Amino acid sequence: MVDVLALPSGEQTRTEQPLGVFTRPKPKAGWRSWITTVDHKKVGIMYGASALLFFLVGGVEALLIRMQLWAPRQHLLSADTYNQVFTMHGTTMVFLVIMPIGAAFANYLIPLQIGARDVAFPRLNAFSFWCFLFGGIFLNTSWLLGGGADGGWFMYAPNNGVLYSPSHGIDFWVLGLLITGIASLVSSVNLITTVLNMRAPGMSLMKMPIFTWMALVTQFLLLFALPVITVALFLLLFDRLFDSNFFDVANGASPLLWQHLFWIFGHPEVYLMILPSFGLISEILPVFSRKPIFGYSFVVFSGVAIGFMGFGVWAHHMFVSGIGPVSVTVFSLTTMFIAVPTGVKILNWTATMVRGKLRFDTPLLFSIGLITMFTIGGLSGVSHSIAPSDTQQTDTYYIVAHFHYVLFGGAFFGFMGGFYYYWPKVFGYMLDERLGKWNFWTLMLGFNLTFGPMHILGLQGMSRRYYTYDAGYGFDFWNKLATIGAFVIALSVLLFFVNIIYSWQQSKNRPPVTDDPWDARTLEWITPNPTPEWNFDPIPTVTRVDEFWHRKYAETADHRLVKIADASEVVQHSDGKGVHLPSPSYWPIVLAFGIPIIAYGLLFSLWLCLLGALIVVTAIFGWAFEPPDDPEAAHGDEPGPDGEHEEATESAAEGEREVASVG
Amino acid sequence: MADTAVVAQTHEIGDDPHAHAVHHATNTGISNTKLAMWLFLASECLLFGGLISTYLLYRNPLPGEGPGPHEIFDIPFTSVSSFVLLMSSLTMVLAVSAIERGDHQRLRIWLAATALLGGVFISGQVYEFTAFYREGMGYTTSRFSSAFYTLTGFHGVHVTIGILMLLSLLFMSLRGNLPENKSETVEIVGLYWHFVDVVWIVIFAVVYLIP
Repeated sequence: MVDVLALPSGEQTRTEQPLGVFTRPKPKAGWRSWITTVDHKKVGIMYGASALLFFLVGGVEALLIRMQLWAPRQHLLSADTYNQVFTMHGTTMVFLVIMPIGAAFANYLIPLQIGARDVAFPRLNAFSFWCFLFGGIFLNTSWLLGGGADGGWFMYAPNNGVLYSPSHGIDFWVLGLLITGIASLVSSVNLITTVLNMRAPGMSLMKMPIFTWMALVTQFLLLFALPVITVALFLLLFDRLFDSNFFDVANGASPLLWQHLFWIFGHPEVYLMILPSFGLISEILPVFSRKPIFGYSFVVFSGVAIGFMGFGVWAHHMFVSGIGPVSVTVFSLTTMFIAVPTGVKILNWTATMVRGKLRFDTPLLFSIGLITMFTIGGLSGVSHSIAPSDTQQTDTYYIVAHFHYVLFGGAFFGFMGGFYYYWPKVFGYMLDERLGKWNFWTLMLGFNLTFGPMHILGLQGMSRRYYTYDAGYGFDFWNKLATIGAFVIALSVLLFFVNIIYSWQQSKNRPPVTDDPWDARTLEWITPNPTPEWNFDPIPTVTRVDEFWHRKYAETADHRLVKIADASEVVQHSDGKGVHLPSPSYWPIVLAFGIPIIAYGLLFSLWLCLLGALIVVTAIFGWAFEPPDDPEAAHGDEPGPDGEHEEATESAAEGEREVASVG
Repeated sequence: MADTAVVAQTHEIGDDPHAHAVHHATNTGISNTKLAMWLFLASECLLFGGLISTYLLYRNPLPGEGPGPHEIFDIPFTSVSSFVLLMSSLTMVLAVSAIERGDHQRLRIWLAATALLGGVFISGQVYEFTAFYREGMGYTTSRFSSAFYTLTGFHGVHVTIGILMLLSLLFMSLRGNLPENKSETVEIVGLYWHFVDVVWIVIFAVVYLIP
């Protein structure tokens, strides 16, 4: 069989032995298969699982904040601890929860939606994940090593200097974000290459499912926004470790430099957190409305427009920084304009549902949740573009309400919809609908109870980031409401985890999930559930955006829908024999492990730096000289019960290497 | 297995599982590794953009805080080392063309020459930094000195990484592991090298030449 991934024998160039330390890992199951995997699906699952764990950490921090604000003049947390808790809450939720859940979906779905067997660089993909995980763990170890960062998630200068924050917290923050930044940069290069280069035959860019489009825009945002924060982080690191003068006002530095660099990254960051969710609900809405997405090209191009315009609005975070009337006017206008492409999307989603045969399952509920909550958040966002009004709202709870409505009500609701929708695809069992609806309604209730009152608190003048407040300002009631809401959210999150476990146990007594549980539309559903290791066999040829749908249904001359094939006939049920997949490798995790050691070394002992650097250099060279895939291993070549087959291939492979190295 | 012949010619390093099969099997016609390098370099543009902006903001030290740019720069010296780095782009091109012709002897010569020229440039930078330090401009002296050393230091690190990649290629070639069908590897290292050169042209113009 001539297959695009099949490696024919007889190739001459494979001469280098993998670097001595490790033999090529082979396990297919157990923990070793996870730490050595290069499979985009396993990497995606690990991204999602780690992000949900960090979500619990960030959630506990949120509950601490809300408990502290339950009543005036409470002393549950000291002012200093409170600073650390809200800083780490924001940092964790942004960098270790929302971004990686986006990465989880992107990793899992992009290759499936474009008809590829893996991403362009599978080992780099695994490296991205480990780098993110170790970076996140590194960041959180600051709690045990002198306290977390305490400057707020945007860490303004000069507050971020050693003078005002002498603990190692901010150093951990800087280094942790640099490490997770490496992860995101590598994965953006990887995923862009994948989308541009590895689409199945027939899949032009304008036939890509919308999630892939939005994820592509997200990766471009990462590609161009990350280097800017990298610069800012390095400058801050040098200020803190080597006493340079970038943010030291006494030496003529401008604190505005930090604000500009941070927000040139920070605003695209906002969009790269929301776009994957936009993509997900653009997949969910057509399925549960039984209609194609309304205005495919508008949804795509408004996403691209958001990507471009996202780089031109950053200074609206700085209206009170004294950037001057011209800048304020310009950024006010660009901010008003960027609401347009987002509005276009809201219109398209709504129009998709209009006159559709709506099926109110949990994924659709969460999608509608996104549309409504994001619209509220979007409207309060537009109110920030009006500079005089923004001047009043800056650093009040109104802002806190706004960005939680777009990030929690927007991004996170979309992700929850995505979880419910793709759960059968990923894990092969359905999440329980009844618990799912409870999950949705409690989240909706808790969310609005928590963040709705913050609009009022903000307009009443309650500042964010103050660790307490006095009685008599009218803050008490609304704060109590918000705290109750936070615990309702916690309950809802608990329900989600209960649902995962409960449905898994139920699934053992039920028949396996069908091929097409949702009557879905796009290419990823052509693979069976759960997705087999080899994704597609054979690679499909694509003619439409809703390829899967059009293989199941056709239109008659008078525009009536007729079923032409059952899903079980359309879904590929091959055994994947002979499909050649990239081989697992130890090097990604080894390389990623070395990097935080260097970071610890910078803070505590240069000997650790040396050790970390040694690991990194060894891993890079081991990696570079390890063939990306083992030419002898194709799926279906696993040893039989007697193990003879494996021995035969191994000796053959060795023989070939010897011949080659002589040549 | 009809692709066997093609494969032998297009095998690349990198993780690209498609590249083994069919030449130009990618949608864009550009191989995955090369496209990835282009994307990485696009991202690098913004890294240096940020650093250069920072330098421009801080190019004048506060009065009394050590020397300013035009009291301390030695333009003729830096011009010579810039010229050296520029010439290394030429030798890099020659190296790529040598491996495409299958001329391994020349490939090794030009790779070594490129690495050597890069090394001369880095030595020049080390000398320059030392000279500035002796004249009283340390890393923490002024906002100008911090910005200057950080910008040029970042560039120096990029050149050093480039030299390491060139030496790795040279080593591979001497071990016989860099056949013609891997010429794209050399080309991709070349892309990185030219990018680092171009960045230096910008830095040289912005930092040293513009008064």
